[in-house]
Amino acid sequence: MVRIPSAVVIGLIFGSGIALSGMANPAKVLNFFDFAGSWDPSLAFVMGGAVAVTAIGYALVLRREAPIFDRVFHLPTRRDIDVPLIAGSAVFGIGWGITGFCPGGSIPALGLGHGEVWLFVGSMTAGIALSRFARHIVATCAMGKAV
Amino acid sequence: MTEFTPWLSLFGGSLIGLAAVLLMAFHGRIAGMTGILSGLVPPFSKDWDWRAAFLAGVIGAPALIVATTGYTIPFESPTPAPWLVAGGLIVGAGVYFGAGCTSGHGVCGVARAAPRSIVATLTFMATTAITVFVIRHLVGGL
Repeated sequence: MVRIPSAVVIGLIFGSGIALSGMANPAKVLNFFDFAGSWDPSLAFVMGGAVAVTAIGYALVLRREAPIFDRVFHLPTRRDIDVPLIAGSAVFGIGWGITGFCPGGSIPALGLGHGEVWLFVGSMTAGIALSRFARHIVATCAMGKAV
Repeated sequence: MTEFTPWLSLFGGSLIGLAAVLLMAFHGRIAGMTGILSGLVPPFSKDWDWRAAFLAGVIGAPALIVATTGYTIPFESPTPAPWLVAGGLIVGAGVYFGAGCTSGHGVCGVARAAPRSIVATLTFMATTAITVFVIRHLVGGL
């Protein structure tokens, strides 16, 4: 099987990009957002480069019928702007502003071997698990009332 | 202070984009760290294998860079431990309900011009900037 090694190699490219770009460094991330203080515009170049390459690459790749190791492209289809999207994103930004860590920046940083990163990623994973549990409970209660 | 690194950041960003394109071309998946990680939080999704493989590569990357090039990857976390825990929980809840983060919405979604991702990205960029301003310039640090 080539599918799994392929995912490892693509992960290595992604992680290298994050590490080299500065996204794995919370101090640099926080300085990007500190317009009134020690502003470091580097992150605009990370986002610009990533979005440009992805936009061109997707346009070419998505002309194909299917990806190489799967039958379909798994693309999000929702287009509605709802409250969880905006509220969740707003809350995410508060946590990103407190720590300088986002999911894509922190997970590659695990490989740097600093304890702070493990503390953050552990808490973030717990946050995802608790949120999923909360949504499950709410959904179950709603179903109970309907019956 | 951190050093302004336009070329290295542009190069790193291009690698992130390259990985996103390859993940779509080979596996048909969005390179969103929230989505990929969520599938590895119990109960595991059925397709956990490529997710675990991708994450193994992502985590191994910094070690590979250090081993092959000798380049020291700058890292500084100015946030005290209790705030890292609180921030981690907040980020986890936010990206779960917001259905994505900087990679999924900010890179992949914006590249597809997906309206939900554009709204999400503008929202979290704004609240991050406000939070940093409040912490650094109103509160005077954590």
